[in-house]
Amino acid sequence: MKSFISTILFCLFIVYPAIAQDIEMADVMRSNGKIYVVVAVIAMIFVGLIVYLYRIDQRVNKLEE
Amino acid sequence: MQLKWWKILGVLLVLYSIIAGLLLPVPQLDILNESIRNLYFHVTMWFSMIILMLMSMIQSIRFLNGFDKMRDLKAEALASTGMFIAVLGLTTGMIWAQFTWGAFWVNDPKLNGAAVTMLIYLAYFILRNSIENEDSRARVSAIYNILAFVMMIVFIGVLPRMTDSLHPGNGGNPGFGNYDLDSNMRMVFYPAVIGWILVSTWIAQLRFRIKVLEIKKENL
Repeated sequence: MKSFISTILFCLFIVYPAIAQDIEMADVMRSNGKIYVVVAVIAMIFVGLIVYLYRIDQRVNKLEE
Repeated sequence: MQLKWWKILGVLLVLYSIIAGLLLPVPQLDILNESIRNLYFHVTMWFSMIILMLMSMIQSIRFLNGFDKMRDLKAEALASTGMFIAVLGLTTGMIWAQFTWGAFWVNDPKLNGAAVTMLIYLAYFILRNSIENEDSRARVSAIYNILAFVMMIVFIGVLPRMTDSLHPGNGGNPGFGNYDLDSNMRMVFYPAVIGWILVSTWIAQLRFRIKVLEIKKENL
């Protein structure tokens, strides 16, 4: 009986990933490649903010001298 | 002048977390779906806020041990940057909650604890600005800052774990360690935390340096 239950549990864990496949993820967005556009836009915004921060840093440097 | 290495490291780590965080595979979970990726952005805000507040409290303790005025200014800059990061954490959390829990604000102990924490730190700034004498302002706010940090740990670290909470790792909910059995997420999450801590420390440092310049200008 014990081994029966453990077998069932084992099967559940094997089958679980297969069930999980049905959950909707942003697969379409990735399959047509457009997700990279979003990544590029967000990365661009972040880089822009950092450049701005860097320039403030330089300006403060100058003032400190 | 060249940028300090830790600033560059922080920027690179955050940039990595943006790219890898959006592209690498994540566990497929119901309700959460792709929004699980918010872990790399929303949760890191709170982690870096806690670290900033910790650094602020350390500066306050070091101020009380020698009364170096610069330490008081550092504590103030770190705490105000921490507040800014906390606002970002709160608003991103509200957006995430709307689409997974169904409301911008749910009656969750972690949410209310975070709100109380922000009010406690708001009181820190009000306290600072309400004392005219510079020496007593620095002393009183340093002591309050230590209290505020302890209260923050109680409100967002201890109390939510003692009751039911929707947040992972609280009140019988599985911790986030259960979601990333493939440890893929850890490889993005931890660099993201370190990166945001470094970037927000950079912002705090700038704030501190500008404040020092302002004080110098006043004394001219």
